[in-house]
Amino acid sequence: MVDMDKKVMARKMGRLIRSIWIFNWFNSCGVTELLPVVASIYDMERFGLIVVDNPKHADVLIVGGYQTEKSIKRVIRIYNQMPEPKAVMALGSCTITGGMYWDSYNTIKRLSDYIPVTIYVPGCPPRPEAVFQAVGMIFEHVNQLKKEVKGK
Amino acid sequence: MSWENYMPYIYAIFAPFALALFGIIYGLVLKGFDRKLAAHMQWRVGPPLRQPFYDVLKLFEKENIVPKNAVPWIFNSAPIISMGALILALLYLPIGPFNPVLGNYGDLIVLLYILALPGLAMMLGGFSSSSPYSAVGAQREFIMILSYEFPLAIIIFTFAWKYSILYPNLKAFSLLTFVEHPLWQNVGILGFIGLLILLITMLVVTTGEVGRMPFDIADAGTEISGGALLEYTGKNLGLFYLADAVKIVVMGTLIITFFFPYNLSSLLLHYFSLPHYAWLTIDFLFYLLKLFIISFVVVTVMRVAFPRFRVDQVVKFYWGYATLASLIALSLIVLDTVGGV
Repeated sequence: MVDMDKKVMARKMGRLIRSIWIFNWFNSCGVTELLPVVASIYDMERFGLIVVDNPKHADVLIVGGYQTEKSIKRVIRIYNQMPEPKAVMALGSCTITGGMYWDSYNTIKRLSDYIPVTIYVPGCPPRPEAVFQAVGMIFEHVNQLKKEVKGK
Repeated sequence: MSWENYMPYIYAIFAPFALALFGIIYGLVLKGFDRKLAAHMQWRVGPPLRQPFYDVLKLFEKENIVPKNAVPWIFNSAPIISMGALILALLYLPIGPFNPVLGNYGDLIVLLYILALPGLAMMLGGFSSSSPYSAVGAQREFIMILSYEFPLAIIIFTFAWKYSILYPNLKAFSLLTFVEHPLWQNVGILGFIGLLILLITMLVVTTGEVGRMPFDIADAGTEISGGALLEYTGKNLGLFYLADAVKIVVMGTLIITFFFPYNLSSLLLHYFSLPHYAWLTIDFLFYLLKLFIISFVVVTVMRVAFPRFRVDQVVKFYWGYATLASLIALSLIVLDTVGGV
């Protein structure tokens, strides 16, 4: 029974990672280095990653940079609107520890206290290579899962 | 009864499925080429050609959300109506060397009404999904339908009028007549210019009909974040994605039927002798090539070259320039016919 679940899971994940639609939510500098990822030099569409216009079509929510007490409410609302299965990628040191705003009175210090974060990408702001490394880690994870299923 | 007596029934049952499969698969292939070529024009590498298939498979894996305030039966039936109408339209169209399945049961006027259905379905879905953005998108979709239907109707009636003069014994609105007698040889120089103007108008109308970049006011991503499709997720969005792909095949086939109904076999028949099925294959591949070129011009080049129009600009464009152009073409063809006779 467990094996069957794993098989279905591997097939599902294999389909999901081939076309990842991203919704961006950012209100600070954390996302500045994400723009070259979309543009022609890094071109994330090579891997089927595109930016969509609303959270209801998205598979991955990218939260860029620090969130304030006010904007985190919107992040939670956006996260709840996304259809399952969904993932959150948090960009920048600010989402991990608060970064340079560690002693600010109105920024949140750790994003995973509010929404489940799938993967953190550190950096201030993170370079495009770091984003691709994160995506590559997800691909690697799914490939591992497929190999395990095939091995049995 | 012998086995041959059942052939028409078997044909009638399996042809729609075959056509639906062809429309979906080739539509997705065209979409893949579109994304790849657009990426190359923007100095990018672009996704693999199979990417639209991956997208559809993924969308069918996702959760299907129906909003709390939506009207579920309209909301869920809108993508099915859209998809069904487009496959129905394919049944009325001649696919390359093959005659239309329902060729004897309907003509261009029926097709004109069927072609309005996908837009109407999208409108219904938008209005029933209870989101204000969707309502705005649905209204814009309605404006689009009102805009592009008029030049399209003028084009169709110009053709029908010319055929009714040229061949009084044939059905003027039948697509079979169009395919068997291409119009280009039967007109003078004025009529030729008129046909060229009609062709350009038809290409522009097609871009609006498939809802691509310069005329994508209905699902303008950066203005109303998806428009009528905003609330759709999972399977329903996947069906709309497929309908979008089939739409290019349907509209491309309509252009081919009107303006380029030529087959390679009639040209090459004097030089080679091949069995019947080989000619059918060659003609079918030629049809696929024509469809690809039309999709490249209508979708890819337009979408890379032009930014989005405003709503009022779209209406002005279609009701002003496109209608004016098609009326000028109509009068040129009338002048040509009257002067020629």
